[in-house]
Amino acid sequence: MTQHLLFERIDEPGLNTIPVYEKRGGYSALRKALDMPPAAIIEEIKQSGLRGRGGAGFQMGMKASFLPKGDMAKYLVCNADESEPGTFKDRELMQKSPHSLIEGIIITTFATGIHEAFIYIRGEYVLQAEILEAAIAEAQAAGYIGENILGSGHSLKLVLHRGAGAYICGEETGLLDSLEGKRGNPRLKPPFPAIEGAYHGPTLVNNVETLATVPTIMNMTGADYALIGSQGSTGTKLVSISGDVQRPGNYEVVLGTSSREIIYGLCGGPKPGHEIKMWFPGGSSSPVLLPEDLDLAYDFDTLAKAGSMLGSGAIIVVDETHSALEIAQKLTKFYAHESCGKCVPCREGTNWTHKMLARIESGEATPMDLDILASVQTQIIGNCLCVLGDAMAMPVGSIVAKFREELEAEIEAARERANAVPFVELQEAIPVGAH
Amino acid sequence: MSFGKRPAVKRYEHGSRVPGWDEAVDLTKPPATVPDPALTPVPEELRASIEHSMGEYPDFHSASIPALHMAQDYHGWLSPEAIEQVACVMQLTPAYLTSVASFYDMFSLQPKPKHDVYVCTNITCSLLGADDFFEVMSVAAEGHDIGVRGFECLGACDIGPMASVDGEFVGPLNLDDAQLIVEDIEAGRSVLEHKQLRHRAVADPNGRVSDWTGIDPVGQGDQA
Repeated sequence: MTQHLLFERIDEPGLNTIPVYEKRGGYSALRKALDMPPAAIIEEIKQSGLRGRGGAGFQMGMKASFLPKGDMAKYLVCNADESEPGTFKDRELMQKSPHSLIEGIIITTFATGIHEAFIYIRGEYVLQAEILEAAIAEAQAAGYIGENILGSGHSLKLVLHRGAGAYICGEETGLLDSLEGKRGNPRLKPPFPAIEGAYHGPTLVNNVETLATVPTIMNMTGADYALIGSQGSTGTKLVSISGDVQRPGNYEVVLGTSSREIIYGLCGGPKPGHEIKMWFPGGSSSPVLLPEDLDLAYDFDTLAKAGSMLGSGAIIVVDETHSALEIAQKLTKFYAHESCGKCVPCREGTNWTHKMLARIESGEATPMDLDILASVQTQIIGNCLCVLGDAMAMPVGSIVAKFREELEAEIEAARERANAVPFVELQEAIPVGAH
Repeated sequence: MSFGKRPAVKRYEHGSRVPGWDEAVDLTKPPATVPDPALTPVPEELRASIEHSMGEYPDFHSASIPALHMAQDYHGWLSPEAIEQVACVMQLTPAYLTSVASFYDMFSLQPKPKHDVYVCTNITCSLLGADDFFEVMSVAAEGHDIGVRGFECLGACDIGPMASVDGEFVGPLNLDDAQLIVEDIEAGRSVLEHKQLRHRAVADPNGRVSDWTGIDPVGQGDQA
């Protein structure tokens, strides 16, 4: 089953401008929404079952309903800090169809009684920021943003805020600190942003793709949207596929499609003569899966049951030419660099894991180090304010568990290269675990 | 026993790995306070854009990152003078702004070359050969006013290995492109026009149109 909601002819020239967007029915969802009571819009989103597309997969309608009602300083922050390695779906969406995001923001702010919204876009996205800036100005001139939008009495100020290069600012509370002009350190939760977020006001933080889906839901009704996809994972998802595949890029798939269909059918599978060694189903933070997991349905619950996660919907395919050690080292180097340093398990754990892996390469490690490595990962998970440490510990832990034999062989080979005593002899001299 | 090859580490004074750790702080001077507007000249256009940005937010502190971007664009890097000017307009201490600037990868508290080439060396790009490209690019840029940095995922894994040249995303790159990038920058041309992300069609066949004039990565065109 193919269904195209966000990506349907997204390459159409000029779609980033209002005339073309409107010709295709753009901003009709906004007109429809403005005639509805705000509570009915949230109800519609709840019915659609739309789950957040940024990584956590929390129900958007539920999150929006947590916001206190009533007239007060509340904020909407669109998280466009797409920096999870492997993820580039929001980039294409913002570049080619910025008005679908803007329309989604206007509808959501109307539904939740918010009058100030921010799009926090990562600093590296220069082109996309320029396009969004122009689109916001255009929407303002057309009366979709500003005072008394289309005579509804709803007013909105929308500001584009450019970041400056920090992975941690994709974490919602780190993002809020960064938006407030500070270093992007995550905050202690609770209070959750819906109660106390930006500028101490209740704040709704949503991913670009989530918000851009809202106009579609308004057009087709939440009940109809819920018919697409699988149980618990409704709708379509933009999936970014990269790595060792023949046709990398963004694809819109119905949630619940088999992963094999996505990787082999849409992307042509690995390059000729190669085979898949492992794949990340949801960005570099998701535990790796093996070729035998390819028949899993690509949706939130199935992947969670398989011990991984759908995350941001970024599939990274790794073929057999790469070693598990190389992959683990790349991951840890990144997370060690990006750890903000606030929580000890993450700050020390990421750096320590990185050094540990370097020891394998230099021939200083023994297979026992893999046990320590695995235990360190379990001690990072759940012990920090945000999930950056977990984001390293989960994939690295899964690589150690699933490629243990390969890593042990790597350890022995490296010891041989370094002329160290083979571990087997060491083990005979000092029996491990002897009492 | 000898343990493999260890990577050479850059060292500073007294063998330290941390630059400037022993730079003397003049303890006789009071800590830098909010600069006095009467004594701190700020270029008028820089002041105007920072002040405009401060008015965009419920709390003016939010403008610190945009303001640092502006100051870096204006001065080329975040020199103590640039920080002082932002501090003066925003009425914050230079220490506060330095603490913010040092957190983010795109801000430079050291003098930097005019042109930035960020080579993504994160997981997908490195699977596709980015580490080799980074080395070749670093060599190609030697002697030019171009700073080459290995950067974390730039969000363009579909064109990996890729680089951001002064904000323009280009890829997929091969080793020969390094020299072309340097030539394009030196000539003031648009960099690797035929590999720019902005011209690239979406991979999803249903997203495509038949009259696409840019780069078509797969060549399927409009299937509708």
